[in-house]
Amino acid sequence: MALDRWIALAFVALCCVYGYAAFFTMDDQLPPILRRNPVWPSTFPKILTILGIVVGLVVLLTSKPKAESDAAKDGAIDLNRLGDYHIGQALALLGLMVAYALTLRPLGFVGSTIAFLVVGAVILGERRFHILIPVTAVAAGSIWYLVQEVLGIFLRPWPGIFM
Amino acid sequence: MLEGILVGLTAAVTPFNLIMVVMGCVIGTLIGMLPGLGPMSIIAIMIPVAIGIGDPTAALILLSGVYYGAIFGGSTSSILLNAPGVAGTVATSFDGYPMARKGQAGKALTIAAIASFAGGTIGAILLMIFAPALSTVALLFHSAEYFALMVVGLSAIAAFAGTGQVAKALMMTILGLMLGTVGEGALSNMPRFTFGMMDLQSGFSFITLAMAMFALPEALFLVMNPARAASGSSDDSGKITGMRITRSEARTIAPVVGRQSLQGFFIGVLPGAGATIASFLGYAVERNIAKGAEQEEFGKGSIKGLAAPETANNAACTGSFVPLLTLGIPGSGTTAILLGALLALNVTPGPRLMTDTPEVFWAVIISMYLGNLVLLILNLPLIPYIAKILTIPRTFLIPFILFFTLMGSYLGQNNSTELLILVGFGVVATILRFADFPLAPLLIGFILGTMLENNFARAMQLYRGFDFILERPMTMGLLALAVILVVLPSYRGYRARKRAEGVADGD
Repeated sequence: MALDRWIALAFVALCCVYGYAAFFTMDDQLPPILRRNPVWPSTFPKILTILGIVVGLVVLLTSKPKAESDAAKDGAIDLNRLGDYHIGQALALLGLMVAYALTLRPLGFVGSTIAFLVVGAVILGERRFHILIPVTAVAAGSIWYLVQEVLGIFLRPWPGIFM
Repeated sequence: MLEGILVGLTAAVTPFNLIMVVMGCVIGTLIGMLPGLGPMSIIAIMIPVAIGIGDPTAALILLSGVYYGAIFGGSTSSILLNAPGVAGTVATSFDGYPMARKGQAGKALTIAAIASFAGGTIGAILLMIFAPALSTVALLFHSAEYFALMVVGLSAIAAFAGTGQVAKALMMTILGLMLGTVGEGALSNMPRFTFGMMDLQSGFSFITLAMAMFALPEALFLVMNPARAASGSSDDSGKITGMRITRSEARTIAPVVGRQSLQGFFIGVLPGAGATIASFLGYAVERNIAKGAEQEEFGKGSIKGLAAPETANNAACTGSFVPLLTLGIPGSGTTAILLGALLALNVTPGPRLMTDTPEVFWAVIISMYLGNLVLLILNLPLIPYIAKILTIPRTFLIPFILFFTLMGSYLGQNNSTELLILVGFGVVATILRFADFPLAPLLIGFILGTMLENNFARAMQLYRGFDFILERPMTMGLLALAVILVVLPSYRGYRARKRAEGVADGD
């Protein structure tokens, strides 16, 4: 089965879960006074559920194979040659983003940003540390200054124990 | 109108706002030039900065500047590297790149800049004429018509998505609408679909969603397929010389610019059509009406073939502001992000924008002229230097793109959970991109979702049920139009497929 049909199937499943919440659980919490209204908080989600299931089934049942659809766009990723692409690097960078999200507060902005930029570049094959580290340090410092001092949005620069 | 222009001039021509125009244009050009980063991602990254400024006029001026700059920067990478940063500048590379190969890169950039300037400026004049007129009509609309109008807008976006893509685009729109219902609804303070998670109480942040839908998948695609980013591998940018154009060349492109400004603007006004269709159509039209040798020249470095898409895409960008500013309905992904930014700044675009906050409305229009002027007089001489950014190695570029994506989302909410949501949605968006699902309808659906539901609820309450559809002919007409918009392309596609199958059987 083509990827777009799998996605359509997942979408229909999502609509069923969404619809179950809209049709069967949401109205229980509604105060009696609001029950007299012609429109409830669940009305719009109920309509969306029905539309979603219909459209999802249309995509699922009528979707054309890739060869018949539009010609591949320039630079687009061809799923049949997925092994030729740098999937490992992409996954490593995604993991690095999750690590950044988890370390941003405990490590502080400057430390976690320098680590993120350096490790990210190393994952992509950069080995010139004498350029990489100064560039990332200057970038992290100046962005922190811009955000905290110019825009006035609080960003803790150092680990919690130093502040 | 004159009074409005004066209000706009006073608001736009303050030193601070002028700095914003210049800054927006330069940042937009710099980032727009990087292959793979389109105006949507750049504006999404800039939103926290714009919100940080606080003043809606200055913020919107900055974001519009970034928008124009990004389109201009996109054409630069199309011409120099044949690597369009934006779909709207793909047609630019058809003739721009052959010109650069012939050693006329400087001339090609000048023509692109002049064509963009003319397209943008004529577009801004047309916007000034049409927006107030449309606002007056829009003031007559009630919530029922607004609801119907938004349904028409969303259907049109799906209908223009392309052959065989209508159902997919509709699916994405509905997914966007569904995501918009997460969190405390406007109807009651009841949390919906939060599954008991406090972080979802206020719903998903649109900046996070915008980053996840556009910036993150694009960055991941750049990682997976290095051929996509030609940056760091070319030294063409050092050879930009001979930027002057002759009088006869100016005379050749003048009628093209005139025609394409008008055509591009009106295509831009249509929801879902936008700069990409305008530029391809502009190129096709000019090629068809060109005669003999001139037509032969198209695709080999014709100045007409370069001027046409450049004028059309800029005029279309300006045109796409018409539905945003007058009806509060974005017609493209970029204007949807701008709408989100405006809402975050407590400005509600729509017919009342002109009366309630005229300084915002007119300042934006005036800033369009200024933005185009800045692009012409500041960026053009600087292009040989700005183009050096194309030589930054991707090992440095990509971590920075990812970092800015994370920062954009973090600064909007100041919450690390937002970053995890961003990565999650980013992975989903990348998979959707693999399967060729259009993502702009999702974001437009998400941003319009709350407004759509509010207007729907108001109409339902006023008419005590679904009677508003029958009792208001305009609502019914608009909803019928929405159905036709969705069904017609699917039906025609079905007929064409059946016919093709018939032929195949005959063989």
